[in-house]
Formats: sequence, C-alpha cells, structure tokens
Amino acid sequence: MCGIVGLLLKKPALRERLGELMVPMLIGMTERGPDSAGLAVFTEALPAGMRKISVYSGLTEDGAGYDWVALVDALNAELKVQAKARIKGNHAVLTFEGAADPVKAFVKAYGPKLHLLSAGRSIELYKDIGTPGEVAARYDFGKLAGSHLVGHTRMATESAVTPDRAHPFTAGEDFCLVHNGSLSNPNGVRRMLEPRGIKFETDNDTEAACRFLEWRLREGDDLHTALQKGFEALDGFYTFLMGTSTELALIRDPFACKPAVVAETDDYVAIASEFRSLAHLPGVKHATVFEPAPEEMYVWKA
Amino acid sequence: MESLKFDLSDGGVRPLNQYLHGPAAGLEGKHITVANPDGAHNIAVGMNAPVKVTVEGHAGYFAAGMNKLADVTIEGSAGTGVAENMMSGKVHVKGFASNSAGASAHGGLLVIDGDAGLRCGISLKGGDIVVGGSVGSFSGFMAQAGRMVICGNAGDALGDSLYEAVIYVKGAIKSLGADAQIEPLGDADITALTALLSAAGLQHDPRDFKRVASARSLYHWNADANQEY
Repeated sequence: MCGIVGLLLKKPALRERLGELMVPMLIGMTERGPDSAGLAVFTEALPAGMRKISVYSGLTEDGAGYDWVALVDALNAELKVQAKARIKGNHAVLTFEGAADPVKAFVKAYGPKLHLLSAGRSIELYKDIGTPGEVAARYDFGKLAGSHLVGHTRMATESAVTPDRAHPFTAGEDFCLVHNGSLSNPNGVRRMLEPRGIKFETDNDTEAACRFLEWRLREGDDLHTALQKGFEALDGFYTFLMGTSTELALIRDPFACKPAVVAETDDYVAIASEFRSLAHLPGVKHATVFEPAPEEMYVWKA
Repeated sequence: MESLKFDLSDGGVRPLNQYLHGPAAGLEGKHITVANPDGAHNIAVGMNAPVKVTVEGHAGYFAAGMNKLADVTIEGSAGTGVAENMMSGKVHVKGFASNSAGASAHGGLLVIDGDAGLRCGISLKGGDIVVGGSVGSFSGFMAQAGRMVICGNAGDALGDSLYEAVIYVKGAIKSLGADAQIEPLGDADITALTALLSAAGLQHDPRDFKRVASARSLYHWNADANQEY
C-alpha cells in the first residue's frame, strides 16, 4: 500500500499557497504510507539557459550538517556556472547557468555519496524516510510555492525503506513519477533499457516505470503515446501520477487494483488515493468528484 | 422518529460505531445522521438493528459493510467495498461507488444512483444490487445467488463464472465473462425488474433490459475440454 497526492492550481494567485493546501493531503495518506514521504514541486520555469538540481546529503557522513557552501564554491571555481544553493538541512536546490549534465557529473565526483534527486528548469524534489508529517515539517512543505506538485507516502513492499527508494522518482529533466502498487516485470524493463545506456540507481520497481516513460518521452513520444506504450510494457498493479513542467498525468492499471479519486473546482485539480486527503480543501463540497477509470489517461495542464 | 447526530470531525468513527453496536432494542426506530464523514473508513459497519443512518457526504472504504436490518443512505460517494457482505436491510449511495460494491452480499438491497467501479457484486450470495449508472469490468464475478440490475453499461467480463445469480443490463455490455450468456426475458424477470427498479426509485422500462445468466457449462469438470473454455 502507498498513498499518492497531486495538486494543480488553476489560478496564479493561489500558487503561493500550494504547499499549505497540500500538506494536509500528504498527512491524510499517513495510514497508507507511514515509512517515507516525498514530493516534487513544479515552480515557474527558469530562463532557457539555466537549470536547477535537487541534491540529498543524508547518505553522507555529515548528513544534515553537510557543507553545501563548500560544494557551491568548488563548483563555481571549476565550472564557472554561478551556482547558488537553497539549503534545507540534508536537501539543497542548486540553481546555475548552463546545462545540467556537467554539474551533475561534478557533484557526483565531488561527493560520491550525494544523491541527485531531480534536474530541470521547474522541478524541485524532497524525499526522506519518516512519517509524512515528520517529512513535511523537516522540509517546510507548507511554505512551498508553485503551480503543481506530485506527492507520495510510502509503505514499502518491493524494496528497502531508504531515502533514495522513497518516491517521487525522476528521470531526465522536469519529469517525475509516483506509484501506488507493485510491478511484476520491473527487471524485464530494466534489461530492455540498460543496453540502451539508461542507468538505474536503485532496485526499486517504480524506478523502472519512471525510466521507461521518460525514455519514451525523450525518444519523441508525446505524453499520451508514452503512456500507451506504458500500458503495453508495464505489467502489475499501479496507479501512476506523473508531473512534467506543465502537466499532471494519471493512469491506473486495467484491473484498477489501486485507488484514485479526483476533485476539481475552478481553482484546482486535486488527486489522492482516497477522498480522506481531499476533504479539507476549500470548496471541495461543491467540487466535481470522480474516480478515474482504469486504462484511461488523465492529463491536466498547469 | 428520534434523531441523533454524530460529527466525525469531532472524535472520528469509533464513537459512532460503538453507539450503533449497542443493543438493538435501544436503537430501533432511531435516525442517526453522520456529519463530516470526509471519506472515513468503516462508517456504520456491522449494523444489527432496524435504524436509519444518513451519511452527509463521501464515505471511505467498507461503508455499511456487513449490514443487517439498517437502512443506510450515503449522500455522496462510497469507497471500496460499500455494503460488502450485507445480510439484510438497504444501503443507498446517491453518488458513485468504487470497486467491489456489494461484494459477497447475502441479502438486502444496495442501490447506487451513479456508476459503480470494477467487480461490483463479486461473489454475490443472495443480495440485490441496482446501479443507476454503469459498472466496471469483472462485475458479478462468480456471483452465486441474488440479482443485479445495471441501468447503464457493463465493462469487460460481465458475469464471469456465474453460478445462479442473474444480471439485468439495459445498456451495452463490453464483453461477457466465461460461461455467461444473454437469455430471453421471461415474465418472472419482468416482475423481478419491476420490483427492483421500484425499490430503487428508478424509472426504466423493464422490457429494455437484457438477462445475463450462467450457461452452466463450467458446473462440471470436463476432462475432454483440454483447458479450452
């Protein structure tokens, strides 16, 4: 079991309140996922020549006391990318000029135990072990601003309870995925992707789905085509919620083994595993509430 | 009728259910209103008294599960397993219902005004289910006894491996499950449909429905079938 939540705000004036509206959604899914939690928030995009990466230091010896300033200084001395860091303990979002790949390679070499969480112009990602309430408090989720986000509460079944196996998973730039369910063919998907040069960081089944779909998008499929290929390639139980810089997308397996419910008003589209996580939202009593059908694609534009 | 209100935003489901599980004699004839259900699980499960319960909003999993005698109305939607294993009484969902609605119900009447999800009436054992909208795939799977009335459409594998339950469908059937077949409507079917639609408060002409029942070819092991059915 796991919990998924998603929130997309239709009115720019509400974007400052994205985190505040979402935290009760995430905490509402504690019973479905008490061991880890995480979210990806999509902010206004950086200019075309800039990128940001989210980095996790919890696996290093210094943990939350990690010297991010030294990392940024070394990065700027070496690559001259004018990087700046926003630090929240064992997480930091580094914003810089130029492409993401050289910076990612530098960070990996500089701190082999640093874990890269996301890269792109919009996405920022936080995930860790602990109850959803603890994780939300640790990283001030209530203060996050942005147009949409994808969140997850985890009850591990397929791989160990560690921060890097928490969701969301990312691949490429500005793409993330959370999963409720379990895949039965993740290793087959891995064996298909690895010879194509796609590297995996964990043994988690969700990572296979994430990397498969991002691979299809990178190969030129639009989101609908990629998801259709996902229905064909991915076997098992799943509700997937995905985020791109401009969209939220939801699919459920043909057996609808894992739940999802959507509430939509003029102000927002809110998605959760169960209505419990939507009950606090303003105006939800008059929202259009529905259950997404299996094997259908639901895509909402930010 | 004596009325009593439980606000689930103040104390949760447990005080409500503890009250509802009191001696039947003390509950008889009462009307219980449940405010702010907010998708909570297990609302009014295990009822065993002729009381009326109104849930003012969306219910979570297993609402009115194992119901006996009570008349439960859910004004919003219901999560997975509404009225599962019902023995008697009535459960009315005014919105939509999620998967496995009325699963394994032995008796009573489940009415869903909107759509029902997948596996509606799975393993039905004698209860009646009337769905005003459509049902998802695998509905009526291995249903043994009882009746289902579907006023909208049915998904894939309707009535797979049916025993003696009968399913009536007004709309389109995406596909029938193994051993399910469409049969002509008889006078007894018209009588049954008329009574069930009336009990559900729905206006449909019984003659517009198709009858789906078991071909009974799976009842006996056929060694010559070579695993082909």
